Amino acid sequence: MKTFKVLGSGCRNCEVTANVIAQAPKEAGVEIQLEKVTDMAEILGFGVMSTPGVVLDGKVVHSGGIPGPDQVRAWVRG
Amino acid sequence: MFERLGDLVAFQILRLSPESHLGAAVQFFVMDVAKIFVLLVAVIYVMGLLRAMLSPERVRAFVRDRPDWQARGMAVSLGALTPFCSCSSVPLFIGFVEAGIPLGVTFSFLIASPMINEVAAVILVGILGWKLALLYVVAGLLVAWLGGIAMQRFRPERWVEDYVWKIRMGDAAMPEPDTSLLGRHRYAIGEVKEIVGRIWRWVLIGIGVGALFHGFVPAAWVTEHLGGDDWTTVPAAVLLGIPLYSNATGIIPVAEAMLTKGVAVGTTLALMMSVAALSLPEMLILRKVIRWPALALFAGVLAVAFTLVGWGFNLIV
Repeated sequence: MKTFKVLGSGCRNCEVTANVIAQAPKEAGVEIQLEKVTDMAEILGFGVMSTPGVVLDGKVVHSGGIPGPDQVRAWVRG
Repeated sequence: MFERLGDLVAFQILRLSPESHLGAAVQFFVMDVAKIFVLLVAVIYVMGLLRAMLSPERVRAFVRDRPDWQARGMAVSLGALTPFCSCSSVPLFIGFVEAGIPLGVTFSFLIASPMINEVAAVILVGILGWKLALLYVVAGLLVAWLGGIAMQRFRPERWVEDYVWKIRMGDAAMPEPDTSLLGRHRYAIGEVKEIVGRIWRWVLIGIGVGALFHGFVPAAWVTEHLGGDDWTTVPAAVLLGIPLYSNATGIIPVAEAMLTKGVAVGTTLALMMSVAALSLPEMLILRKVIRWPALALFAGVLAVAFTLVGWGFNLIV
């Protein structure tokens, strides 16, 4: 099972990002694990300064905005 | 073209008189909504295609380990090219501190970034002409440069929250951008949606305020009170701008209406800068990393700087 982390301090864009990632696997019929990270030390620990950021299985795959639906689908399936 | 559209809607479809207050306001509103949103979408799309937007992570890598003046020069100019969501200002601040970038340079970046951006600059050229756009950008860069230096004088390190110093930043490899034409197109479309979705309200409010000013404020009153002879109008404009917040693009139609009615250039610039760069909600976000005295100082330095810019331009122009 894939593990996603959404990095962000709780702003609107971070919420939207988390929702987008929560939706995609339901459509694809797979299960994922999703965690919201709001702790600054952990966010910066990933080397991300511009939130929201997305971490997939421990690797940063996106930062600085809401990811596109295509991107999210690719992460979920890939 | 946009002017004709405004005329068409206000005077022919709605049958308002061009001499009436309402007619003038509606004409201005329709014209500016069409003009600014067309410009906005076009500019953001082209910038997105070029992938001209820089990420803060890359700015940090550029700026670190450089002598002070170089670091500041880069922070100011890159700040103008780096859009970031205001919710990112906390991780951004910490990331800069962790890289050993002096606080004064970080403040220069935080001032430049909301005040100047390439989208607002192009729209300024389109609405107010290149001379005013250049004035605004140059004055903004100057304020960011000197504001950061002024902050440094007060040794703001003592007001940084303790936990900030302890955070260690990881060195994760950022994902490679997709640079194929299709990838660029997708990215550009995403940028248009994201940015327009974020700022359209500010732009509409700005156009509304501009339209009211254009339609209902008599030119004679403006010339008498806001023409630039009275030195108190500039600090008043700055104070007025502190509680008001708008995106840098949203304030442009207000400035347009003010300038065409004869408000002095310096007074208008001071208000624009104060509204775009000095905003209470954004300052309160920074409270997570710096304590009140530093925040108050930050607001004070900016208010003084904008006032000086306003007076300066009112004297020269």
